[in-house]
Amino acid sequence: MSDHHPHEEAGTTSPYAARIRAIEALLTEKGVLTEPEVQDRISYMESRSPANGARLVARAWVNPDFKERLLSDGKAAASELGIDPTHPAEFVVVENTPEVHNLIVCTLCSCYPRAILGRPPDWYKSFNYRSRAVREPRAVMREFGFEPPSGVEVRVHDSTADVRYMVLPMRPEGTEDLGEEELAELVTRDSLVGVSVPRYAVS
Amino acid sequence: MTFEPGDRVRVRPVEKPGHVRTPGYLKGKPGWVESVIGEYPNPEELAYGFSGLPERPLYKIGFRQTDLWEDYGGPSDDYLYADIYEHWLEPEGEPT
Repeated sequence: MSDHHPHEEAGTTSPYAARIRAIEALLTEKGVLTEPEVQDRISYMESRSPANGARLVARAWVNPDFKERLLSDGKAAASELGIDPTHPAEFVVVENTPEVHNLIVCTLCSCYPRAILGRPPDWYKSFNYRSRAVREPRAVMREFGFEPPSGVEVRVHDSTADVRYMVLPMRPEGTEDLGEEELAELVTRDSLVGVSVPRYAVS
Repeated sequence: MTFEPGDRVRVRPVEKPGHVRTPGYLKGKPGWVESVIGEYPNPEELAYGFSGLPERPLYKIGFRQTDLWEDYGGPSDDYLYADIYEHWLEPEGEPT
């Protein structure tokens, strides 16, 4: 087979990359996988991004019926917006309110709603985040520049099994005149994990 | 389905080698059934190429942070939720 791996960054020499390359080469050689299948899978992953989550959130902010559907059946709501949620795991959206702030972590590995949001950020997979998000969630959020007001209950969701979680943040104040697309621009990846919240500066 | 929402439960303090989906920090801790998520093939068997059947009930379990960490630095009404398979749960108070 060819030595050329188009999806591999130049200069990738880590032992993990070498191992993956060896496994991929073997699977291809044995006919279990083909190069086009690997490419298709990479294209699929790269077509998912936090922009999908932002669209879901913005629609929920402007449409209460959609919000209800998003909270009760996340996959069906994603399909409505043309986002293909196909994935063996469940997709559950948890809502921030004036009383409750949600934070998502996977202490065991790096479970994340990849079918919707794509690959998780590196910090989400770090030992530091995974161990501290459950033990001192408020300190972790402070480091991301966000502190839930006193009196707000913090709920940490550890994605230990067959459910992938996303946070529905609160709509920032002062955004009454913004349209759905402008609202979506306020929704950051980090706010979908819950380490921070969308912000809007009135100009 | 052994448990219902609201039931008090405890995570079994069992050491099991290999691929388990119950994090160590929850073992032996008391909580409650927040909701029933559904039934899924057992990931502890799927990981080794078995069918994982029969499917096992999966619950969303709630915990008080102050029950998990003696020195928890936040308010007493902070919570943690984790998804735990039925075979890792026992009714609270049952001898282990």
